[in-house]
Amino acid sequence: MATTPDTSLAARARYEPVIGLEVHVQLLTASKIFCSCSTRFGDPPNTNVCPVCLGLPGALPVLNRKAVEFAVRAAMALNCRVNETSIFARKNYFYPDLPKGYQISQYDKPLAEFGWIEITTGTGRKKIGITRLHLEEDAGKSLHEGFPDSDQTTAIDLNRSGVPLIEIVSEPDIASPDEAYEYLTRLKEIILYTGVSDCNMEEGSLRCDANVSVRPRGQKEFGTKTEVKNVNSFRFIREALEYEIERHIGVIESGGKITQETRLYNANEGKTYGMRSKEQAHDYRYFPEPDLLPLVVDEKWQAEIRRMLPELPEARRKRMVADYGITEYDVQVLTSTQALADQFEAAAKAAKNPKRVANLVQSELMGRLKARGLEIEQSPISMKGVAMSADLVESGAISGKMLKDLYDLCFERGQDFPAVYEKEKPQQITDTSAIEKIINEVIAANPKQLEQYRGGKKTVIGFFVGQVMKASRGQANPQLVNELLAKKLES
Amino acid sequence: MRPKRTGFFSKFPKLLNGNLSLDMNLLTIDAARSAIQERTTAATSLAEWFYTMIEKSDPQIGAYLTLAKERALAKAAEMDALAAKGEELPPLGGVPVAVKDVMVTRGVRSTAGSKILGDYVPPYDCTAVARMEAAGAVVLGKTNCDEFAMGSSNENSAWCPVRNPRDLSRVPGGSSGGSAAAVAAGMAVAALGSDTGGSIRQPASFCGVVGLMPTYGRVSRYGLIAFASSLDHIGPLTKTVKDAALVLRTIAGRDPMDSTSAEVPVPDYVAELQKPVRGLKLGMAKEYFGEGLDGEVRSSVEAAIQKLAGLGCEIVPVSLPHTQYAIPTYYIVATAEASANLARFDGVRYGHRARDARTLSDMYRRSRDEGFGPEVKRRIMLGTYALSAGYYDAYYLKAQRVRTLLTRDFEEAFKKVDAIVTPTSPTAAFKLGEKVDDPLAMYLADIYTVTADLAGIPGISVPCGETKEKLPIGLQILGRHFDEATILRLAHAYEQAS
Repeated sequence: MATTPDTSLAARARYEPVIGLEVHVQLLTASKIFCSCSTRFGDPPNTNVCPVCLGLPGALPVLNRKAVEFAVRAAMALNCRVNETSIFARKNYFYPDLPKGYQISQYDKPLAEFGWIEITTGTGRKKIGITRLHLEEDAGKSLHEGFPDSDQTTAIDLNRSGVPLIEIVSEPDIASPDEAYEYLTRLKEIILYTGVSDCNMEEGSLRCDANVSVRPRGQKEFGTKTEVKNVNSFRFIREALEYEIERHIGVIESGGKITQETRLYNANEGKTYGMRSKEQAHDYRYFPEPDLLPLVVDEKWQAEIRRMLPELPEARRKRMVADYGITEYDVQVLTSTQALADQFEAAAKAAKNPKRVANLVQSELMGRLKARGLEIEQSPISMKGVAMSADLVESGAISGKMLKDLYDLCFERGQDFPAVYEKEKPQQITDTSAIEKIINEVIAANPKQLEQYRGGKKTVIGFFVGQVMKASRGQANPQLVNELLAKKLES
Repeated sequence: MRPKRTGFFSKFPKLLNGNLSLDMNLLTIDAARSAIQERTTAATSLAEWFYTMIEKSDPQIGAYLTLAKERALAKAAEMDALAAKGEELPPLGGVPVAVKDVMVTRGVRSTAGSKILGDYVPPYDCTAVARMEAAGAVVLGKTNCDEFAMGSSNENSAWCPVRNPRDLSRVPGGSSGGSAAAVAAGMAVAALGSDTGGSIRQPASFCGVVGLMPTYGRVSRYGLIAFASSLDHIGPLTKTVKDAALVLRTIAGRDPMDSTSAEVPVPDYVAELQKPVRGLKLGMAKEYFGEGLDGEVRSSVEAAIQKLAGLGCEIVPVSLPHTQYAIPTYYIVATAEASANLARFDGVRYGHRARDARTLSDMYRRSRDEGFGPEVKRRIMLGTYALSAGYYDAYYLKAQRVRTLLTRDFEEAFKKVDAIVTPTSPTAAFKLGEKVDDPLAMYLADIYTVTADLAGIPGISVPCGETKEKLPIGLQILGRHFDEATILRLAHAYEQAS
């Protein structure tokens, strides 16, 4: 028996993992990459098919312009250099759900190269390089279960055959499973912002393979890598990588050698397993696809696509910190999804004082969410609700104390702010004499402002209104307050 | 209604008696169309008459694999209805034609000469076929060919060899041997073939008909079962040059379904035929008149060139120095592409599937082993090898570079001349079985034709005499990219003068 591998912390500290990720993202085009069939997910099997995506004899591919635009948009968002000319290539292998016996992909002249994205690590910000981004077609799906004769045969659904994909290959810049997780999170976020994919992992519109090796710290050369496939969540990628790194170290520490191979991750067991070598002895025999002309995305087209590029998450976060005076942490939370950030910004902009909306989110909303262990998406109070409450405080209609109480009620009842406010809002004082009494007190207490007003600075009336509202705890009818104040001040 | 057998059509009964007609000019496209237009005969009767001819002659020749009677007669009836209303027929109205089996036809079995597609009935039409039918052509059926168009003698058909109508002991050439033989034997007025290394021109030359390979990109490949995508061309085989021009005019032009089809305007090739050839410069390359060229072929071709000189053409020596590399280059590029193109025949979705295979790889292996013939297997293996890791640069990449050099040879030559004249094939039709055991000798039958496929330029083969054994000889005229008009004009002038 081999000596027990030393995978103690001390041993692990002697090694440094090197990770590179290959991410496949389905593009949200209405039709497939080389034919006009629909890309809709979930339709009955083999209904969105034609001679082209079925790989029938004689059929030929014609490139979907929209797929190119989406891929270029993603490439630009990932800071890639878009190659003016790229070449499609055939990747040859036999598989039942690959109708032509080759996949049309790109090989030595990909659509885009030399990109990067920034991630946050335990030790600060870090750039992860993106080697390349290329366009390719998806294969169909083998259905191994769900049919009466599934124990005997495999069925094939070719609806997915020919759905456009981009493959995004990272540099081996990722140094830990946590960084891999962060890279994927940021990558997904950017792609979502560009709108070219829904990145839905359950539906397979985002898939990830990981290449991992370890090397003694300080060594320049890479160790032998393994490729981990079949991982369907970011969390599992992290777990699979943790497992693989420990396994590599274990093998090396016990004097063994890592075999370069493809391994599948079994999420139930938390382990990876090597595929049979027969299944992975692939020589894809790439060669340029003679049925397609070289893809040319000239400067003019690139400029057009660049104009469609939305504000990206990092830029947006920087701007939001500046615009609303919120913290780095809160901006991360507020931009955790594009929809949330959009809601926040829409609400803030519509409110009288955008910064107050941001303040309320920070000071009142976040704490309550955290205390209850809720994600911001689960908040009973919507961004519109926050904006409304901010306006009420701004106008003096409610006090800070009342706002806190109302927020508590929202969380208790699981209702949004407008509903709770409508029910709980303070009864208005419409009694003229009661309001006049408050007005008299306020005027008496502020002779200086009275003098200003009488001296011609009519805007001071706003100050008095605020004071009266405050003194009435927001309960005075604002219209009456205005009328009576004006009369009183002019008299 | 029976056709009125008057005038031109009074010759038909003689044919019906079973003599194979070798009169190439008996029935051209215009003659057939006018007869129908003028209601001298009905398109349906003409089609029926051709089917009778096929029934009589084809058992000896083997040109047809599948007849499309129902479809043909429906089209013919449509044309008759037009003619009955006195409307002008489209350019190929009612003309009976044949289509090589590598072009898919909706609802009509399309085997590409292979057992692996033995019962394959496509759900859509090849663009070229659809355009022929849109122009009124009556597609009689699908013609025999070398399996997946891989061959130079038609002996690689999985079904049966085709025999040369001129001499039944000889091959018709390949791979469009069925199309050439059908036209030569009067079993179709015109036919579509495909040319990847000479597969239209060489059988045209062997059978004594006209065969035109258009420029790459001139005719859509959509629906052409691919052999080598960057080399495959669809083109006509006809009795006359004018008919070739008519068919080309019908099938040429951009097709949105084929990304490699070119957005180049299609001239009226028929009208262009009338332009004079006087003053055109014809290149003669010594590389095409060297070792291996049969003496009789040489003298016929040289005589044809002299005839063109007599019509006022200037003969200019040109050099195409990389010609000697054409055959190896061709067999690397073509087989590499074929190895991928034929991967889809895996027994999964359509075509032959081995019975009782136990595993997936067993099913792949056995379906392909049973479905493909030996030449196809040989080429798949050659191509797979040429693309393999470690060999790609030495073979495929190098072949692509040589291909560029070959193309440049032609570009240089075409700076000096308007067309290049060569023999189509180094020999006349050879005997069945003569070369089947010697693939290299077979490959060399394409030595004068593969260069045009590699360079993407157009070429035409026009009959230019016979050997002592009465075997046809072909003159090949090569032209500039998209300049089919000039080579058609030259071929027409020669044809009219001879």
